[in-house]
Amino acid sequence: MTTIIGHHTTKFGELWQHSLFDLVKQSVFGALKDSGLGKDEVEAIFFGNMLGGVLENNLHGGAKLAEMLGLNIPIFRVESACASGGVAFNLGMNYITSSQAKTVLVVGAEKMTDYAADAVISGLSSATSGEEQEAGLTFPGLYAMLARYYLEKYSYTEKHLAYVSVKNHYHGLLNDNAHFQKKITVADVLASPYVADPLKVLDSSPISDGASALIITTDKSLIKKAKRAVSVLASEVATDSISLSARKNLDELLATRIAAEKAFREAKITPKDISIAEVHDCFSIAELLAMEDLGFWKKGTAGKHMETMSTMHGNGSDFIVNSSGGLKAAGHPVGATGIKQIGEVYLQLTEQAGKRQIHKPRYGLAHNVGGSGGTAVVTILGN
Amino acid sequence: MIGICDYGFYVPRYRISTEEIARHWGKNPEQILNSLGIVEKAIGGADEDSLTMAYESAVMALCDSDIDRKQIGAVFVGSETHPYAVNPTATILGEYLDIGNDYLAYDTQFACKAATGAIISALAHVKAGFSQYVLVSGTDKATGQPGDALEYSAGSAAVTCIIGSKNVLLEYIDSTSFSSDTPDFWRRSGISHPSHAGRFTGEPAYFHHIFGAVNSLLKKTRLKPKDFTRIIFHMPNGVFPVKAALRLGFTEAQVKESLVVKQLGNSYSASALMGLCAVLEISQPGERILLASYGSGAGSDAFAFKVTKHILQKRKLLSKLLERKENISYDTYRKFL
Repeated sequence: MTTIIGHHTTKFGELWQHSLFDLVKQSVFGALKDSGLGKDEVEAIFFGNMLGGVLENNLHGGAKLAEMLGLNIPIFRVESACASGGVAFNLGMNYITSSQAKTVLVVGAEKMTDYAADAVISGLSSATSGEEQEAGLTFPGLYAMLARYYLEKYSYTEKHLAYVSVKNHYHGLLNDNAHFQKKITVADVLASPYVADPLKVLDSSPISDGASALIITTDKSLIKKAKRAVSVLASEVATDSISLSARKNLDELLATRIAAEKAFREAKITPKDISIAEVHDCFSIAELLAMEDLGFWKKGTAGKHMETMSTMHGNGSDFIVNSSGGLKAAGHPVGATGIKQIGEVYLQLTEQAGKRQIHKPRYGLAHNVGGSGGTAVVTILGN
Repeated sequence: MIGICDYGFYVPRYRISTEEIARHWGKNPEQILNSLGIVEKAIGGADEDSLTMAYESAVMALCDSDIDRKQIGAVFVGSETHPYAVNPTATILGEYLDIGNDYLAYDTQFACKAATGAIISALAHVKAGFSQYVLVSGTDKATGQPGDALEYSAGSAAVTCIIGSKNVLLEYIDSTSFSSDTPDFWRRSGISHPSHAGRFTGEPAYFHHIFGAVNSLLKKTRLKPKDFTRIIFHMPNGVFPVKAALRLGFTEAQVKESLVVKQLGNSYSASALMGLCAVLEISQPGERILLASYGSGAGSDAFAFKVTKHILQKRKLLSKLLERKENISYDTYRKFL
């Protein structure tokens, strides 16, 4: 079975002193060190990155990695909007299954804070449908439409969204690598300025820099030698219409639902077996939708569940969501996010999560979304 | 003894409030006020520019002064909004002031610290005996792109200092400069409004350079934060100078009198010097003053001064000038730019 034997995530945040490839280097060498492997033992690399081409005119990242590592192995740059990391992981898994290779390194990275906010927003918007871009929609606008529909349909208020950010900021406080180390209240969220009504600044994940890497292998001798190893029980990708206007239902992300159903079937477990989940909370509404689409909560009940804050660390629950701080507080360097999420689950399952460690978790799930649900990746890990 | 022999300032009468700008753009005024610490900013009228404001401040500095205009051997004007790209502001100012023709003139440009760099040059000029007096003006009619965060802060004002060695009211003790290639804020030739790198203008730019210059000054002079009665830091907003002061070991009480930014906005090349004018209004002989400018691109000049007895005769009341004001609407404001 494919097994994760090493992981490293850099600090996320405004890392002005580091370039995109400084961050890639830190995470790659960190993961190699963690696994005890030499770089020559890696047989292929999958590199998740979204904006290098748009912001830096820098697209041939595979060859840059080859130069950095002094290797001539196959290296593939993977782009799938904010799911670039998750898709890179999925391709790495499939590469092992379908080739002679046994050991693959997956790295995701993004450098966003060196550019003016409007350039970054414009770059991110390239992951929306052309027609919706022409109509003036940005990601905050698209998610705001999903939020409006959800709140209206299930009679919730903006307060129900705010709990997501409060919880994830609390988790960020427990994670030294998180972009934000600041506790916030429901009142803070409600008082923050609107970005796209009903979503406010504190409903939204930030623009961040960061990188994350994982080493996966099927080599039994490496798995045996590994200090810490976690099996990958499933990794599934599903897609859906890029335009919201072409979707049947706006109170769900269908791609998430399809990927989750396939992943649970593949892993032969149910949502109830999961103790730790990292879900894609690019905006607060996205976590509510994810919790329902992944099968943790029934459709239309996420608002009620969030109010109890049962998925917050320290509240006595055996199911914690976004212990890293999620995209909201840990930060959202888009290409790195999907890898960091799987890395966080790996840290939890190997009991390396420090202050935010949960008690003896057995199964964990990572959920990474590209765009406003055009792509979804669900990964399930288990001990 | 060298130092500042006299000074003058000018603030245009027009003010636009943070509330008015926020309302125009559909923003929450209270949140912007809290995050910037600026209540309103002064803005030059349609017939005012960095030259006319420099002139007004220079006239105040020279009027009723014991300084013989003909002994001014150099005129330096620091600004990032010189009226001409090519054609010196300093010579027009010299002509308006009727100081004759036997003077060195040049303009300086270094974002918000164009004038403090010129003051260091002026001090050296006087110390070397090249001139009896040097007139330095820091002046700006600063603007921001409509809708940009700079719209709330970019203001207008001018300060003129006469540097010399006779009857100085502010004795120069020492200075240091700290510079690096840090592109946090810039304006390319032919472009009307400056660009900036958002939050990058804070920690690696403003704070890093002010800390560099001030720490080096404290080390060089062997003075401690408590040895200064008052301090003035460049004021891009009302929050940064207080944060910088506290992090350097000064108290809020030492910096608070300088914070004219709350009522005037950031007058760029005049900003820190305008803070100095506010502080001189209450300074007493024997007190030490620390001033640190900041210019994007980037650099900081830090000065240690000592107030002399001459302040008692040469004191000017900025607070009185600030009473003269007229609040304008956003529409009128745009017409003035």
